[in-house]
Amino acid sequence: MFSEPKEITPTHSRMTAANRWDNILARWGWRRDRHWVVPGLYALGNPTPESPVFVTANYTLSFDAVRTALAGVDCYILVLLTYAINVWCAAGKGTFGTDELVERIAETRLGEVVSHRRLILPQLGATGVNAWEVKRRSGFTVTFGPVRAKDIPAYMAAGKATPEMRLVRFTFTDRLLQIPIELVSLFLWFLGAGVVAWFAGGWLTVAAVGAAYLAGTVVFPLLLPWIPTRDFSSKGFIVGGLCLLPFAVLALGKPEATLVWRWVLAAGLMLALPAVTAFIALNYTGASTFTSKTGVRREMSRYIPIMAVCFGLGVIAVLTVGILWWVGIR
Amino acid sequence: MNELTREINTLQYLEEKCTGCKLCTMVCPHGVFAMEGDVARVVRRDACMECGACMLNCPSEAIAVDSGVGCAAAMIYAALTGREEPTCG
Repeated sequence: MFSEPKEITPTHSRMTAANRWDNILARWGWRRDRHWVVPGLYALGNPTPESPVFVTANYTLSFDAVRTALAGVDCYILVLLTYAINVWCAAGKGTFGTDELVERIAETRLGEVVSHRRLILPQLGATGVNAWEVKRRSGFTVTFGPVRAKDIPAYMAAGKATPEMRLVRFTFTDRLLQIPIELVSLFLWFLGAGVVAWFAGGWLTVAAVGAAYLAGTVVFPLLLPWIPTRDFSSKGFIVGGLCLLPFAVLALGKPEATLVWRWVLAAGLMLALPAVTAFIALNYTGASTFTSKTGVRREMSRYIPIMAVCFGLGVIAVLTVGILWWVGIR
Repeated sequence: MNELTREINTLQYLEEKCTGCKLCTMVCPHGVFAMEGDVARVVRRDACMECGACMLNCPSEAIAVDSGVGCAAAMIYAALTGREEPTCG
């Protein structure tokens, strides 16, 4: 009956020390494209031809979430080639898509491994997978399961997803887990800005640059739902402004400088750095789970010019007082 | 979350084309569609994030949306490199 089916790789539901370390490195963006598992068919427990088939991405965080959620379930896991990108992002790109799914079904000879013709996909894969076309091209019926892998046991028990399981969230914990990647991805930019800031105004301006960095990468994401205003950019200006205010006050109190010099420095900091925090906030739209292309495009056209003007004027002010300081005019 | 999810979007839905397959109500991550009797209705239009899952999975082309990633970083990258379709990664 079997004409030498492709190898089925055994897997398990435990998180080994190596798995945990891999997950931590992935969260910190260390070699972000290397956190992958080999695409193909995996067997969890002791599946029979009647066992369910779950489909996921070949990103370790995705695969680990699915296999740990399925502890104690005998099933198959079909891993698609998404180039170490999670299900939702890969579906948006089309790599977690109809073509890849149909080809992977054929390549693994799934039809010879299982007797049924049903696949359970993560709901967020629907952005890239057309269930009707998969059915037409492979004979397999796609069922979209819950958004989150950890809801799979409850989904299996109930035989359907509850409305709650169908909604994406963006919880405090979700946002907390994204902070490392935000810190890492912007670190070199701010290191460079810190060096320039030191020459322009010494440790005070270096600390202010650091505050803008942390305001955008840590404070803003964590406080997101509670910051008044709707769009990300204005939220960023608010958080950046509040975090920079103490440094402006310190600039006003800087000894051995004239009142004009102090005011120009304070104004420069308050112009340039909240704009930087706002720009980080604007770029956080892609990390969130609810912004639309149309909305983001409108926000960009409205706020990027404001950010550019504030930043430009602020940098000119800070550099001017910096140069005056070095030549002895204070 | 209501304040945050209120966004403009390009979602268009022709109810008379609906076949009642319910897929849009299953794939939408923001509960934009809900069944009312045999047809799907748009119940949370403002929550649409234009991911396009409903349009892709609608068998009767009743749904149209200018789908794409709501990501400023991707759009800025696309603008700087001259690429047309912004994506992640």
